[in-house]
Amino acid sequence: MFLTVLFVVLAAIALGCAIGVVISRNPVHSALWLVGTLLAIAGFFVLQKAYLLSAVQVIVYASAIVVLFLFVIMLLGVDREESLGDPLRIQRPLAIGLGIIGFVLLVGIMGNRWATGAETVTGPLRGGAGGNVEHVARALFTTYLWPFELTSALLVVGVVGGVALARRSNAGEEEAT
Amino acid sequence: MTPTATWYLVVAALLFSIGGVGMLVRRNVIVMFMCVELMLNAVNLSFVAFSTQLDDVGGQVSVFFVLVVAAAEVAIGLALIVAVFRRRRSGATADDIAELRG
Repeated sequence: MFLTVLFVVLAAIALGCAIGVVISRNPVHSALWLVGTLLAIAGFFVLQKAYLLSAVQVIVYASAIVVLFLFVIMLLGVDREESLGDPLRIQRPLAIGLGIIGFVLLVGIMGNRWATGAETVTGPLRGGAGGNVEHVARALFTTYLWPFELTSALLVVGVVGGVALARRSNAGEEEAT
Repeated sequence: MTPTATWYLVVAALLFSIGGVGMLVRRNVIVMFMCVELMLNAVNLSFVAFSTQLDDVGGQVSVFFVLVVAAAEVAIGLALIVAVFRRRRSGATADDIAELRG
């Protein structure tokens, strides 16, 4: 019963904040609503006993990524109010209709048991020695060691690409802008 | 009555739909980016729900990789937005950068 109440509260926070992200006029407010959604999802992870992921969610998503968003918003000075008026009149009803259709399709897939599979294919999550952290770490550093090492290459490429894109290159281009 | 995987999947589907609608409706590129993050998080939530339901560690490992890819994606995407902004100070909306020419 307590878990159900917790679930409903977290779901209300997650969905309400998600709607806040979409309808706020100010990008800074959108970023703050996004923090609410991300923290609620971290709460969902705790509820499902995925403790490591919930910590990672708070550290990486709710702090690092949102701070990056806020940095860019402040740096570019785009934190002014934005009119939500639409140049294309048909676009908004069409988008909301498509969203509802997408939701119905997703729930339909779930209801038909197409999306189930065999239990414990890559490794057990419960039982055995150690807690959640140990299980995830064991899978990450044995079965998925090679993909895990490749993510470091991905992050290096990301950092180099970010620097190359965002730095002011040379005097010639400076005059052109 | 405790929350089952289906409940989590319904919430994840709702979050994904909200993110998708926001992606289509909003014109500010940074807010569109946040909607992409919402959609990624919805997928993460369903990964964890399946992982718990099927007692499989693979779902949680997948979420780990999604997080890494999302971090790299945000770094590149925001650098692109900064680069675009440096060229045209007029606006941040998707309409202003509708054509690929600088």
